[in-house]
Amino acid sequence: MFTNFFYALRRKKVPVSITEWMALIDALSRGFAFSSLDTFYYLARSILVKSEGYFDQYDSAFEEYFGGIETSERFRDEVLEWLKYPVNRIELTENEVPQLGGGFDYLTKTHQQKMMEMRERRDGEASSFDSYDVDPERIRFGGTSIYKSALQVAKERKFRNYRSDVVLDVRSFQTALKRLRRLSRIGPEDELDLDATIDHTCKNAGDLEFKWRRARKNAVKLLLFMDVGGSMSPYAKLCGRLFSAAHAATHFKDFKYYYFHNCIYDSVFEDIERNEFTNTSHLLNTLDSDYKVIFLGDACMGDEELTMKYGAIYYYERNEVPGIVWFQRISDHFKRVVWLNPEDLSEWNHPTIKMIRRIFPMFELTLEGLDAAISMLIARY
Amino acid sequence: MSERKFDRFMGTQKYIVSEPLQNAVNVAIALQRPLLVKGEPGTGKTLLAHNIALGLDKELIVWNIKSTSTAQDGLYIYDTVQRLNDSRFGDGDVSDIKQYIKLGKLGMAFTHSERVVLILDEIDKADVEFPNDLLNELDEMSFHIHETNETINAKHRPIVVITSNSEKELPDAFLRRCIFHYIEFPDETLMEEIVMVHFPEIKTNLLREVLKKFYLLRGINEFRKKPSTSELLDWIQALIAGGISYEEVSDEIPFLGVLLKKETDYEHFISKGAEASRA
Repeated sequence: MFTNFFYALRRKKVPVSITEWMALIDALSRGFAFSSLDTFYYLARSILVKSEGYFDQYDSAFEEYFGGIETSERFRDEVLEWLKYPVNRIELTENEVPQLGGGFDYLTKTHQQKMMEMRERRDGEASSFDSYDVDPERIRFGGTSIYKSALQVAKERKFRNYRSDVVLDVRSFQTALKRLRRLSRIGPEDELDLDATIDHTCKNAGDLEFKWRRARKNAVKLLLFMDVGGSMSPYAKLCGRLFSAAHAATHFKDFKYYYFHNCIYDSVFEDIERNEFTNTSHLLNTLDSDYKVIFLGDACMGDEELTMKYGAIYYYERNEVPGIVWFQRISDHFKRVVWLNPEDLSEWNHPTIKMIRRIFPMFELTLEGLDAAISMLIARY
Repeated sequence: MSERKFDRFMGTQKYIVSEPLQNAVNVAIALQRPLLVKGEPGTGKTLLAHNIALGLDKELIVWNIKSTSTAQDGLYIYDTVQRLNDSRFGDGDVSDIKQYIKLGKLGMAFTHSERVVLILDEIDKADVEFPNDLLNELDEMSFHIHETNETINAKHRPIVVITSNSEKELPDAFLRRCIFHYIEFPDETLMEEIVMVHFPEIKTNLLREVLKKFYLLRGINEFRKKPSTSELLDWIQALIAGGISYEEVSDEIPFLGVLLKKETDYEHFISKGAEASRA
């Protein structure tokens, strides 16, 4: 029953498993859908879909599978075909004929009966509705019927904003960044080590001897480079959210951030106005290679800005070393570096994006992209 | 109600449930699976469990999950320190390990003489592995106590409600076993009903004005934190206590601090939203 709906969901990348499908069948066999498509919509969703992030895909699969019932073109055509022959119109009463122009709704209501008969005559012939337990005409013609409302809900696609492949708010960034943790024992010895205490107490023949150990703390250090100004302006808000999330996260052992414009050269800026700066080589010398590095930028610039000596957008920078070499140095020094790009994936054929992607793994600045980037940052060797 | 064998939840006097949620609860009860509830803060996730217990006249066991919670905490704790202490100072019979086994919330729910409602509140607060550690226990509704070589079987499978704020992804294996419901933010009609339940005396024109202002605030996307149902209820209480008339509400928003909790939101509204509200 409805097996193709299962595959429709799978096609829409909703992670549905056989276990859940069996649970749904179980629930259906106990009559929980009350033979109503409306209830079925919610029932199936609560059993099959486990995150509001997939509600949108569910809605679109639902519409695809059940929506056909409502809007089947074939049936519409059949009705119109049937009406084409004047002989059929004889069956209409005199009052009804003028109302024909009154629209499809009226028409379909009146001729529901006729359609049923036609279907019966067609018996044996495969109908696209045979697999459904519901009466297609009722769904289709009942303007206010309960059936339609489930489809309306699905059609509204109001969960579109919950899709995990769209960019979300500070909190979702925080959630993602929380995964950036590796616990290790550091700090003062202020946690009671129960096992060791028991061991030692036993060895002491029951004389209590407390053993202490260091608490587990997060050892992850984060270094964030943000592209500001110019082509990044449209994404300022988005990047701001990521920044505030990282800034608010208290679980990092250390968090440093610097700004750059388009490309990194001899120095990076400490403030967004680009007044204070730090030498890039100083960073490379003083920061351990275990800092997790995140670049945030669109990676779009003139070729010369990336590859040429003195190519910097600001002439006073007079860079002796091309930006791409600096990127390479950063990549060589730090063990884990990722680049987050707010540009849409379709824009990624820009020449400088291509070049930078050869140095750093690049991810889209969406929740999914960020998740993948963070998995890469914390992966063990 | 009696023709079905399982308990059916219909909501309670103080708690309005949408039909889909009601169905989700009943399906979870019938299929004996945990009900996972997500939704914006302030949509009544935790209250749901309280009201299932109330509506079905069951006892409620609350397990508040913290970042330090482990699955073991929920099953039982072997109080070694107490035993050690007793062995030193000679209180109680140390050879009887049983008295040092303390059942956790899950253990209590299993051993209860009646069917109970168990809520695992904010499961995403705990370590990422936490839900996985509970898989078997929630599936089979039993666990083993190694120290006494005892197996605790649930006398009555508890009705399990789990809430999550999506701070952490829950493992797939865990999700597969749950019934999921996302509590959407109530629309104006439902909200009116909710308010009426809490403030049956409220005047219609005040209610209308209040809801108008509230949804106007909710419509401002720049807010870091949008006001939620519980804040609306607080606000109405403040308005009633302060004897504010609906004309005053329509002119300005009194006690704005009850609705907006972030300084930036407050400032944003003062600077920009004020004009919009007058429009």
